[in-house]
Amino acid sequence: MLETVLFYMLAALVLGLGLVVVSKTNPLASAMALVGSFAGLAGLYALLNAPVVAVLQILVYAGGIMVLMIFVIMLLNLHPDELRPLAARPLILGGTVLATLMGLALPVVVWVLPSGTFSTAPIPEGFGSLKSLADLLFGPYLFAFEALSLVLLVAVVGALVLSKKRL
Amino acid sequence: MEQLGPITTQHYLALSALLFAVGAAGVLARRNFFSALMGLELMLNASNLAFVAFARARGDQAGQLAALFVIAVAAAEVCVGLALVIALFRRKETVDLDAYKELKG
Repeated sequence: MLETVLFYMLAALVLGLGLVVVSKTNPLASAMALVGSFAGLAGLYALLNAPVVAVLQILVYAGGIMVLMIFVIMLLNLHPDELRPLAARPLILGGTVLATLMGLALPVVVWVLPSGTFSTAPIPEGFGSLKSLADLLFGPYLFAFEALSLVLLVAVVGALVLSKKRL
Repeated sequence: MEQLGPITTQHYLALSALLFAVGAAGVLARRNFFSALMGLELMLNASNLAFVAFARARGDQAGQLAALFVIAVAAAEVCVGLALVIALFRRKETVDLDAYKELKG
């Protein structure tokens, strides 16, 4: 019961702030709304028995990525009159995309998939705990983990090269 | 509130589809680099939500691990994307994506 109410509140928060992100002209206002949306998503992950993902969502996404983005938005000297609001033509385009995606995804999600109420489904002992996730990460998924560290290294070197004065 | 019923996998997947659509609309409709990038982040988070929802439904933690991988890849993507926008801003003093149309080749 509590889970149901929490889900609808968090879903409304995430979707509402997502719409604010898309519709605001000022990128800084969008960024602040996005931080709130990520916090709501972290709550949803916690509802889904994924506390590690929820904590990392706050730490890495809301705490790291968004601070970096807000830092760069403030670093660049943006002129307010240059920022274009959501105009009529793009709005029509966006609405079309939205309708298409919903038309494709929602029927599949609601009717084709076998219905599963996992709110009562049993879950294994220690599901989503840090230890069991680490066992997976440093066991069968060790190669993916190492490849990911290489991706991050390449991204850091790439960012350094791109931000040089004389490219 | 009794008629709302229990939350199922479909509820989470429907929310994920809606969030993805909002993000996609943001990427396509906004001509400002930062807003487009934030729409992209919304799309990545929608996929993350689907991963975690399926992990819970199937009792398989690999889905949660996939979500963690997506978060790390998103960090790399934002890192490179912001370096690119700084390099572009040095040239034309604008973040309007239409100003860089010649990049189409």
